[in-house]
Amino acid sequence: MRDMIKLFVAVALFSMVAGGLLASVREATKERIEVQQLTFVKGPALSQILEGCTNNPLDDRFKLKDNGKDIDFFVAEFDGKKNTVAFESYGKGFGGDIGVIVAVNLETDEIVGIGVTTHSETPGLGSRAKTDPSFAAQFKGLSINNPFKVKSDGGEIDAISGATVTSRGVCAAVTAASETYKQYKNEIMKNIQA
Amino acid sequence: MAKSIVQEFTKGLWAEVPPFRLVLGLCPTLAVTKSLENGVGMGVAVTFVLVCSNVLISLLRNAIPKKVRIACYIIVIATFVTVVELVMQAYAYPLFLQLGIFIPLIVVNCILLGRAEAFAAKNKVIASLADGLGMGIGFTLALAALSVFREILGNGTLTFPFIGYSIHNVLGPSFQPFVFLVQAPGAFVCLGLMLCIMNMLGKK
Repeated sequence: MRDMIKLFVAVALFSMVAGGLLASVREATKERIEVQQLTFVKGPALSQILEGCTNNPLDDRFKLKDNGKDIDFFVAEFDGKKNTVAFESYGKGFGGDIGVIVAVNLETDEIVGIGVTTHSETPGLGSRAKTDPSFAAQFKGLSINNPFKVKSDGGEIDAISGATVTSRGVCAAVTAASETYKQYKNEIMKNIQA
Repeated sequence: MAKSIVQEFTKGLWAEVPPFRLVLGLCPTLAVTKSLENGVGMGVAVTFVLVCSNVLISLLRNAIPKKVRIACYIIVIATFVTVVELVMQAYAYPLFLQLGIFIPLIVVNCILLGRAEAFAAKNKVIASLADGLGMGIGFTLALAALSVFREILGNGTLTFPFIGYSIHNVLGPSFQPFVFLVQAPGAFVCLGLMLCIMNMLGKK
């Protein structure tokens, strides 16, 4: 019995020290990891769709809570006015969730551009949603209040040939973004002016 | 244990080089050697964990109760692996994206537990440090050798780690990459050839 207790104490002590160490390393690297993720995952898509903005949207960001989940909003400045906001939303694709960054003009409610960030679609077919700019370009200039559907579902978006499910997923992500936008527009405005 | 510290260090470089002689740690050897950058990145991560866990386990070798030693070793190894994972995310994010799941999988790498159980638990700290460092560097060199071979023939490129410089078309512009070699079956074939060469050289 005494042996058993000794074993318990030894393992418990080890776990405690390990846990404490990991927590402190995590705390120390947390901020940097977040910046790195933003730069490498969302950065390329952001700089593509917000081409020509005069600030760095990665620095000009704020968070809002949506059902307990944080959403990052990136503010872009065009012609000296902070009038565009970009954020990520998700839609179900062929191989899992597709992450899409949607940039919206706050004055006209028009989409400035969209860009796929993360996906696990079939290489060469669904992956073209990210690599082929002509698909994403279809969303440019549309009002955020549009219903976003592919043509075979009665909408206006040309699906990528061979990747209808992926195209639907992107449309679903943009639709989700439009809901978020409508719901939080006032808060977004408040945050930008502040 | 009459071996000198130097011998403990150098045995990992040739006589007992982990993937080819001990045939340990094959999972990362097969999976990440698609490019030199990935291979060396993985090797450095493993070396760091191996040195730290070897030293710590050797220090605590009398404090760890024999019956729960494996659990304690795993806690030590898993802790250092998680530290590596977090640091890599913070300072080398593209490499982290490339290696992905294989970083956490270092925990179950046989080399680490094998060296902890077979060496660090029975030897003094300095010898364990030398052993860990030698094994780690040997592992890194083995991965580098395998990945240089696979990257040049299978992709036609060579990416140097850390400096981000890469050569396109190592074998000239008309070279058609032998894509088979960067896929999973190619890893087995390359590893087999490597083992064959090592055995031939060691036979004398």
